[in-house]
Amino acid sequence: MIGPPSSATPPATITLTIDGRLVTARQGEALLSVIREHGISLPTLCAMRGLSPVGACRLCLVEIAGRTRPAAACVTTVEEGLDVRTDTDRLRDYRRKTVELLFAERNHVCAVCVANGSCELQDLAVATGVDHVRYDYLFPRDLTVDASHERFVVDHNRCVLCTRCVRVCDQIEGAHTWDVSGRGTTSRVITDLAMPWGLSPTCTSCGKCVQACPTGALFRKGATVAEMTKDRAKLFLLNEERNAHTWTLGGFPMTDSRKEQA
Amino acid sequence: MSGEVGPPTNAGTVTPKARLATAWLGGCSGCHMSFLDLDERLLELAQLADLVFSPIADVKEFPTDVDVTLVEGAVANEDHLAMIQLIRSRTKVLVALGDCAVTGNVTAIRNTIPLRSVLETAYVERTTHSPGVPNEPRIVPRLLERVEPLHRVVTVDRYLPGCPPSADQIWQTIVGLLSGEPAPEARPTAKFG
Repeated sequence: MIGPPSSATPPATITLTIDGRLVTARQGEALLSVIREHGISLPTLCAMRGLSPVGACRLCLVEIAGRTRPAAACVTTVEEGLDVRTDTDRLRDYRRKTVELLFAERNHVCAVCVANGSCELQDLAVATGVDHVRYDYLFPRDLTVDASHERFVVDHNRCVLCTRCVRVCDQIEGAHTWDVSGRGTTSRVITDLAMPWGLSPTCTSCGKCVQACPTGALFRKGATVAEMTKDRAKLFLLNEERNAHTWTLGGFPMTDSRKEQA
Repeated sequence: MSGEVGPPTNAGTVTPKARLATAWLGGCSGCHMSFLDLDERLLELAQLADLVFSPIADVKEFPTDVDVTLVEGAVANEDHLAMIQLIRSRTKVLVALGDCAVTGNVTAIRNTIPLRSVLETAYVERTTHSPGVPNEPRIVPRLLERVEPLHRVVTVDRYLPGCPPSADQIWQTIVGLLSGEPAPEARPTAKFG
């Protein structure tokens, strides 16, 4: 591996203001991670530790002094002197509307969902104060359930298009079975070239997409109402151990020299 | 009682009791089961309010001047539609009780299928005994083309999601409304599902 010599200077530290507090951050760091490091809660849906950010869900919107448009914190890089607000009336209003639109766009019926009680969309509704949806429900009629895979099922009625399945499959498993077809409300997550999941030649059946999915769109076959709990800690652990090269080889922990060879 | 009646006191003891109603539209009655789960608090509730209309009270017509009405269920047929409009016109504070009233929930799953297909599947294709879509005006209410949550049809004042909302959440909502408006942040954190 070719990298900078270990004597290289550490990344420069910059200073910015978040909700009136002066904080420091590393150059190049994402604003969302700085906000989280300082214990400020910001709702997110598409963001997932260990995966590249996409700015798809727009829930982590923040206001930056001098800019008229709010910015998604996950895809905004910190800059010296930024003055950031994470909790204003306008942002709360936008977040609430965003969650309502997510509910209105597909057929989410929490009461009979496999992920009831273990769903990030359901939790977001509570966190953003959504006790009803002011928009017309679209009740789309063309959303399918693909149960062709031996172990897993995809139910497009419950998909929020966060693309966490797409990214975890590509960036952690390395299979890139999942992708997105279409645009706008006609977008769908697809396996390979929109073939039944069970016929996918690239899927390794690892199940990372199922664990990464925030809703009941991806679930273990056989799970019924409220039975599909997700174990995201395992995904994070897997990713962190992998990045730290701490796998064992032949039953022995990796030594530094073997890590370098790896 | 003695004939001597004291003047009204500041404690409000002569204030007439609040008039509470509950109604059951397109739902499974689970929200009413949860209401009955108030258990011994029902006695306390009887001190606070008179139950002037409810599926569990033998009252034929929805009365006038109701203070608070809890409505379970979505608007799925013509009778529901007429009923919710009557309730709205005779109620000060209308509470959407539970997910069917708030979102449409299970009652609204049929919205993803054309109504004609729903009826023909249930009454023609899957039955052997006198198949035929019921058509008995004024006896069997006609289904609406689309099931709607209450707030798409009338103005709703409070939302209590949940399938069903817990007895505790129902209690907090009722007591809050009967004893003065609770601050928004003091409202129960009810969730869908």
